[in-house]
Amino acid sequence: MIDVHFDKDCDKLIARISGELDLVIADKFRTAVDQALDRGNCSKLILDLSRVTFIDSSGLGVILGRYKRLTPQGGVMAIVAPQPQVEKILEFSGIKRIIKLYASEKEALDEI
Amino acid sequence: MKILNQIKIEFMSVPDNVALARVAIASLAAQLDFTLNDIEEIKVATSEAVSNAIIHGYDGEPMGNVTIYGTIYDSALEIKVVDKGRGIGNLEEAMQPAFSTCPERMGLGFVFMQSFMSDFSVDTEVGQGTTVTMIKRLENRPVAMKLEG
Repeated sequence: MIDVHFDKDCDKLIARISGELDLVIADKFRTAVDQALDRGNCSKLILDLSRVTFIDSSGLGVILGRYKRLTPQGGVMAIVAPQPQVEKILEFSGIKRIIKLYASEKEALDEI
Repeated sequence: MKILNQIKIEFMSVPDNVALARVAIASLAAQLDFTLNDIEEIKVATSEAVSNAIIHGYDGEPMGNVTIYGTIYDSALEIKVVDKGRGIGNLEEAMQPAFSTCPERMGLGFVFMQSFMSDFSVDTEVGQGTTVTMIKRLENRPVAMKLEG
């Protein structure tokens, strides 16, 4: 099970995700985020992962895919407050080197 | 090595069963004295192996059959994930970090399995299927320093 809730702040889309980000969720997550980006005409995406308890390469693939979609058009992505086990996977995969992590949504909103 | 416990779960190649497999294996792993970090790594490795069987072994078709064996030894957990799918044509290429047949995937499945488990092997034959065997040993943990004097 995963829940995604969206908020919009100017051109910034905030996606708050809860649950386990694996193969079964990846497609739904990808579709939900892409539709919200299109609907809001947003070029900046803040992924609040504070309630994500598990992630594997399927989940990482969706994050990387959104990064590849946004950055060629000057977009920006940020990740907020991943739990330690999720942050470890983000670091191991190299995603932490290309997408900046923030401690809070406010910090991310102020910075990007 | 003496077998202390063993489970076998057989399921259809449906993505919803990835979570089932990793939770079952994590519960089995908890019977040994693994750390929480070890258990998280075991969950990721299991998720990757089962996801590969479903996505690559059976091309996402739900009627395939995946079998997962979990075996507890005195000081190790062995996980075997078996599919009878299409097999891997070029294993060396598939094992390369960031190799992926899909642009939305990272190609890190085998890398996670290798990195998070003590031992890892793949037995595959085109048209016959793939068996991934992973072992996590208890000994991979820091040993408390002895104080001398």
